[in-house]
Amino acid sequence: MDWSLISQYGDRFWDGTLITLKLVLLSSVIGLIIALPMALARSSHYRRYRIPAYSYIYFFRGTPLLIQLFILYYGLGQFEFITNSFMWSVLGDAEWCGLIGLTLNTAAYTAEIIRGGIRAIPRGEIEAARAYGMSWWQLQHRIVLPRALRIAWPAYGNEVILLLKGSALVSTIAVWDLMGESRSIFSRTYALEIFLYAAVIYFLLTFILTRLFNQIEKRINRYLVCY
Amino acid sequence: MTKPAAISINDLHKTFGDNEVLRGVSLNAQQGDVVSILGSSGSGKSTMLRCINMLEIPSAGSISIYGETLELRHNRHGELEPVDHKQIARIRASLSMVFQSFNLWSHMTIIENIIEAPVHVLKKTKAEAIEQARELMQKVGISDKANAYPGELSGGQQQRVAIARALAMEPQAMLFDEPTSALDPELVNEVLQVMRQLAEEGRTMIVVTHEMGFAREVSDQVIFLHEGQIEEQGAPQQVFNQPKSERFKQFLSSGL
Repeated sequence: MDWSLISQYGDRFWDGTLITLKLVLLSSVIGLIIALPMALARSSHYRRYRIPAYSYIYFFRGTPLLIQLFILYYGLGQFEFITNSFMWSVLGDAEWCGLIGLTLNTAAYTAEIIRGGIRAIPRGEIEAARAYGMSWWQLQHRIVLPRALRIAWPAYGNEVILLLKGSALVSTIAVWDLMGESRSIFSRTYALEIFLYAAVIYFLLTFILTRLFNQIEKRINRYLVCY
Repeated sequence: MTKPAAISINDLHKTFGDNEVLRGVSLNAQQGDVVSILGSSGSGKSTMLRCINMLEIPSAGSISIYGETLELRHNRHGELEPVDHKQIARIRASLSMVFQSFNLWSHMTIIENIIEAPVHVLKKTKAEAIEQARELMQKVGISDKANAYPGELSGGQQQRVAIARALAMEPQAMLFDEPTSALDPELVNEVLQVMRQLAEEGRTMIVVTHEMGFAREVSDQVIFLHEGQIEEQGAPQQVFNQPKSERFKQFLSSGL
């Protein structure tokens, strides 16, 4: 083991870790915001809401994240109407593409997780809300979504941890995340312990995320203590 | 001009698939009346109650609340559907319901359960709703449970919270769907006691129940349903002492 690698490349590990954290935090938060209405649409009685949500979820769950990132970063650049438009300032940038890819992907998985939460709500609680004159919107944002999120929270925490590890794929489209930096350092040094260091950092990030999710779960699921 | 009935149901039918659960039932309840609906399971009594606030949409017939008819129209499948969801929501808010399985919102504390609909549906201020909730919790005897969650309470306590939640809407009438059927026998009385008190205050109540004592002593009107039709209807002294229907005699002697 060559410990001097850490002092030599410590800054680059740090920069990469920050990019990874930024991507994971932003994509999980934006993904959750997209997933909430999508889970409602997916649970709807109306085909016109259910089918588009269903298609979106099946596309993103059915294809590899790696291919989705390649299509976003390499694929879209093939079209002149995109490269000539204002969109290119975003889609021409690797980090933006990584963020968009991760967000769209995790939104699909999260929507399915929340849909499971919605289905697990006792029917009587929803019926009570209707019987007390709540509108559709009040029912969703006062009863259905808060209840579904609480039920789905442990599964959602798992999804965010998978997202953290999945985010390593953005290194293939030239994003300097933790994995990207590690690969670059490795190609210079051929020191295999570089990947060991990266793994330890991923492990620590996972550990922190797990603790964070457990803390939040304790708060929001207090009502379950006595069941 | 006579005052319109508090709740008026006229020739109500309800079909689930091929199963005709209600075959033309009618009911008139004046303000302050307590109406008990009796019947064995499957007789349609809960369905009848659930049609009043449109938790079930009737297949035919009409319902009016204080003279206001719930407007229904035929959709393209030939089924009835509400014309105006705002009307339905407004009527529902004026008819609070108490359920067999309590149906408290389990992620909210007791006081949050009670103020939820007053704040979000009736648009009361939170301070006003909390003050009222505290009075109601005292009334039903659960003052010390304000910050507990429903899961921490016994069934009887949960049902009393549900009654406080219903009262917080200042309803024009209350609908009870077998409020004591899910309770252990020793908890039934604490709920019935609260309901007796409400009846004495002159509240309009429609109660689906198996509690014969309550029906006999508290009701102004008793209805016995059998296979979706009204078999017996009248004042409790009359129906309990001189039942006309053989089925109702059987029902009474079966000791339910």
